[in-house]
Amino acid sequence: MAEVKLYGFWPSPYSHRIIWALKLKGVEYEYIEEDLSNKSESLLKYNPVYKKTPVLVHGDKPIAESLVILEYIEETWPENPLLPKDPYERAMARFWIQYGVDTVAALRAFYHGSGEELEKAATELLESLKILEEQGLGDKKFFGGESMNLVDISYGALGYWLAAVEEVKGVKVLEPSTLPRLHAWAKNLDELPVVKENIPASDKMMAYFTAAMNRPAKN
Amino acid sequence: MAKSDVKLIGAWASPFVMRPRIALNIKSVEYEFLEEILGSKSQLLLESNPVHKKIPVLIHGGKPICESLVIVEYIDEVWSPGPAILPSDPHDRALARFWAAYLDEKWFPAMRNIVTAKDEEARKALMDQVGEGLVLLEGAFSKCSKGKGFFGGDQIGYLDIAFGSFLGWLRALEKMNGVKLMDETKTPGLLKWADSFSSHPAVKDVFPETEKLVEFAKVLAKFKATLPK
Repeated sequence: MAEVKLYGFWPSPYSHRIIWALKLKGVEYEYIEEDLSNKSESLLKYNPVYKKTPVLVHGDKPIAESLVILEYIEETWPENPLLPKDPYERAMARFWIQYGVDTVAALRAFYHGSGEELEKAATELLESLKILEEQGLGDKKFFGGESMNLVDISYGALGYWLAAVEEVKGVKVLEPSTLPRLHAWAKNLDELPVVKENIPASDKMMAYFTAAMNRPAKN
Repeated sequence: MAKSDVKLIGAWASPFVMRPRIALNIKSVEYEFLEEILGSKSQLLLESNPVHKKIPVLIHGGKPICESLVIVEYIDEVWSPGPAILPSDPHDRALARFWAAYLDEKWFPAMRNIVTAKDEEARKALMDQVGEGLVLLEGAFSKCSKGKGFFGGDQIGYLDIAFGSFLGWLRALEKMNGVKLMDETKTPGLLKWADSFSSHPAVKDVFPETEKLVEFAKVLAKFKATLPK
């Protein structure tokens, strides 16, 4: 079996997504930590378009963009399937994964915002999450039903990561009072061993966010 | 499968709507095309896509599927036997999906924003972005086509559909601005590919004419001016 390498960045939920998927499939891999302020030759070679993590390298072939990597992992290691078999159900799963691209944009605005912008971002994020809860998750325990699948993986940042950001910002969005089912889902996800054992400690993340948010903006 | 079992809600000018149409044509699937009118959304559309209220929506046996590329993957999976749309090799599939995401998330938004750019400087910056993107896509074409005529090789595939659906609007934009964004020096491969793609049997009947899009752009601008800010 060809070698598998993952170039990642420890605070980034995009990297965490890939770690969980590889672990769920039982794939052995080498993890390489990237310093995004000093990008390695390898990263620039393997992801010339975006120069970002995560990048999966299988054999000598690189794959970039976390959602693309997730589909690659699903297809290459079919054991423990993380997408439904039925084409309609798969289309629904992919629809919600795609919806998450917009949710991530709202999360980023929340992460980077302050003052009025932060309030606006919090409101938009809440609206986005209400639709996700109502029409995407519904009354299911996980998006994948009884166990997590690619959809759950793609929304993973809504648990541990958002909680740390909310703490640093002093603004809460995902609460039992406003989003009961989604809040419960996030708690359940964070308790799963594959997630619990493969996320940074909360205080380490908060220290990182605080430092990152106080850094002068890059031009 | 009876024609009425497969419906597609869309509009002739939308590049996103073109994608499932090409996919259905590749698979020789008959379908009913339900054209939406600019300025109003049908009840069926609102019911079938309550989250986004956008076209295209494929309705198969009464069940709606939304998001153009999700629909294309669905079509590929459901109507198989039939020429394959996604490549068979997982790494080639990843490459195709990577570039489709690039097109939808980076390249097309820049192209679309040219029309509403606030001044000449902003417009030029966006056009440069679109041009640079095309150079990247020329590289992708060399890599994916492996010497053949399409991103999918001998046959048109997922990335041909994802990118080719924007060609009509690219040509309209070139015409409206008096520029050439795809040309013989920087993107010779793509120029040739664009001709092959637009004249392909699965594409030519749904490929919009440049003139018609230029006219439609004016109608669209007028319509948008009437919307509340």
